[in-house]
Amino acid sequence: MDKPPPDIAVVKMYAAREDIYPREIKGRYASLRWVCLWLTQLVFYGVPWLQWNGRQAVLFDLGARKFYIFGIVLWPQDFIYLAALLIICAYALFLFTAVAGRVWCGFSCPQTVYTEMFLWIERRIEGTRSARMRLDRQPWGAEKLLRKGSKHAVWIALSLWTGFSFVGYFTPVHDLMHLVTSLSLGPWETFWILFYSFATYGNAGWMREQVCKYMCPYARFQSAMIDKDTLIITYDRERGEPRGAKTKAAQKTGDCIDCSMCVQVCPTGIDIRNGLQYECIGCAACIDACNSVMAKVDLPPGLIRYSTERALTLHLSLQEMRRRVLRPRVLAYTALLVLIVAGFCTALALRTPLKLDIIRDRGMMAREVEDGMIENVYRLQIMNTGETAHRFQITVSGIDGIRLATPAEVEIEGATTRAVPVRVRVPHGAGGHGANKVAFELNAVDDPLLQVQEKAVFYVPR
Amino acid sequence: MSDFTSGFWNIYITGLTIISIIGCGVLLWSQSKVKVEKKPDQDPATVGTTGHVWDGDLTELNTPMPRWWMWLFYLTIVFALVYLYLYPGLGTYAGKLGWKSSEAYQGELKKADADYGPLFNKYLQQDIKTVAADPQAHVMGERLFLTYCAQCHGSDARGSKGFPNLTDKDWLYGGDPDVIKTTILHGRNGQMPSMAAALGSDKDVENVAHYVLSLSDSTHDPIKAVFGKSKFAVCAGCHGAGGTGNQALGAPNLSDKIWLYGGGVETVMETIRKGRNNTMPAFESFLGEAKVHVLASYVWSLSNAPSNAEQK
Repeated sequence: MDKPPPDIAVVKMYAAREDIYPREIKGRYASLRWVCLWLTQLVFYGVPWLQWNGRQAVLFDLGARKFYIFGIVLWPQDFIYLAALLIICAYALFLFTAVAGRVWCGFSCPQTVYTEMFLWIERRIEGTRSARMRLDRQPWGAEKLLRKGSKHAVWIALSLWTGFSFVGYFTPVHDLMHLVTSLSLGPWETFWILFYSFATYGNAGWMREQVCKYMCPYARFQSAMIDKDTLIITYDRERGEPRGAKTKAAQKTGDCIDCSMCVQVCPTGIDIRNGLQYECIGCAACIDACNSVMAKVDLPPGLIRYSTERALTLHLSLQEMRRRVLRPRVLAYTALLVLIVAGFCTALALRTPLKLDIIRDRGMMAREVEDGMIENVYRLQIMNTGETAHRFQITVSGIDGIRLATPAEVEIEGATTRAVPVRVRVPHGAGGHGANKVAFELNAVDDPLLQVQEKAVFYVPR
Repeated sequence: MSDFTSGFWNIYITGLTIISIIGCGVLLWSQSKVKVEKKPDQDPATVGTTGHVWDGDLTELNTPMPRWWMWLFYLTIVFALVYLYLYPGLGTYAGKLGWKSSEAYQGELKKADADYGPLFNKYLQQDIKTVAADPQAHVMGERLFLTYCAQCHGSDARGSKGFPNLTDKDWLYGGDPDVIKTTILHGRNGQMPSMAAALGSDKDVENVAHYVLSLSDSTHDPIKAVFGKSKFAVCAGCHGAGGTGNQALGAPNLSDKIWLYGGGVETVMETIRKGRNNTMPAFESFLGEAKVHVLASYVWSLSNAPSNAEQK
């Protein structure tokens, strides 16, 4: 490229990532994040190993299109529950964001949680922030190779275990363990274990805050999700400024001693003192850092704290701030969330593990049989979505004298579908010409609660 | 790809695809750096705008995207080019790997056969009547029947006009298990020619129709039947002198009350006048012998098994 003339500068539209070395911090919010980390990860890594009535408690069997969740077996027809669950997640996210900003990002998002785990490993192997920075500046040598190599080895091991656990939700985990140890994994399991491991390793080891800043859409619509009464992590500018070291010469300084601890602990590498930024994932590490510093210099904590924009500008007390939590937006989200959750739970509790689809034979509308009776043929697609076999009694109603001309009882194995052809007759002259509404009912002989009704049409020719 | 008679569209699509992909790359490369006029005392690194100026003083702040993002974009371009080299995507170019959706389909069929074939093949060694007694085979046969046969013969296998009832003991071509299997494997083509010319007048047709109905003691006019009897000789070639049919030809038995097209005098007259043409398709190449074997056992069991009692 030509050398630019003196009054022209070349501006790069793409910038290299700047390395971030978050300093380890202890404190109330760091502990809270570790509690969340343990809770979520115990569930994630542990659940595939739970057993329930002789099978894996939670198993998403994609091949057989059946999702086992403890006592429930969900079929593709139950997709509505997944939709409802996603709606609940969305509304919960709206509600939590409106009240307390990005708590999801800071405390339970897998990106944060795995980054935290990977950082913990990094700190154990490469040392503190300054040690890590020194190591990166060093030329490659035996020590650097050893430390970097062992860090990546541990990362990869954890990633592979994560990928294995993930696939354990889709392939029975005990079988999977056997397949792995005998090196006889199928192509799909191999791909997904490696893919998920790679995603974990890449995202938590290398990409980190880049995922939050450039990939995650959630950060980008924060301005629509929060308002002036939303709890955000914020720096009390009035109290802190002008910042500077507390020397005897400079008497009139604010509380901020400009130690830059808040910047050093930040996993996204921002300075919270510049105000609310979309890069802030709300992890509250800077609060822990600042409070520990404030304790050392004998100043009250809370220079950086959870507060709201309005509380800062209007100098609201804690009580006044809390009172503003209950605002129309929050109440509306809460009401909707409660409503949907209640609906979801009710639907799940009342769900019958039995489904019935009725397909009328179209090749022939109706036929006349002995004594002038009219016969229609249906195919009952009976889905016994429970796990035990049942004997079902089929009954039909809707027209005087309507009855089945085929056996009224049918045995269906657990978790199977069977199409049962049935013939239904009405006496001569019963029902109106054309289509008549009828209803089929299916009752489990051994369980009075297990029953389902379905509408159908009976055709009487002219 | 013979849909296009001219080679133009092939070149058009190929050219458009390649130019678009390369164009994306060029655009990305040319836009990754911009030249900005800087003030005399300014360090180039601190120029914070993209250099775009609107309305004289509106400038655009440069918040650079990460570089990995740019490399990812280049990677997708490389991926696209490699993909188009390996797989069919550029007009009629077949791709280096020669992948075809039809072959992929065949491959999946083969895999399904390898997976599920043994389930059916194990019954192939058994006699059809033995298979019929196997509850698992019965369920499999029922599924096959509901999938491939029920469209014509009905879910309950009782047929409808033009499609035989498979649950009675009346068979057009015979109800032995092996005959049923042959019927399914190779299909049947039942043909009754138009008999109007051979019989003579319309009156003769009506008389023969009444005679045919008299064979099964259905409602008929005895006088017309007497007249029709002499003319029935032309029908006897296939249906037999007594009208009892001939399973070798698929000629129906006319002396029972089972009618393929209906047993009213009008319908019978229409059958005689216009003839009938009926086809049962062959399933051998489509389903393979093993599935047909299981299917035949199910069809046979509809009128023969102990479960016959419940078919009332």
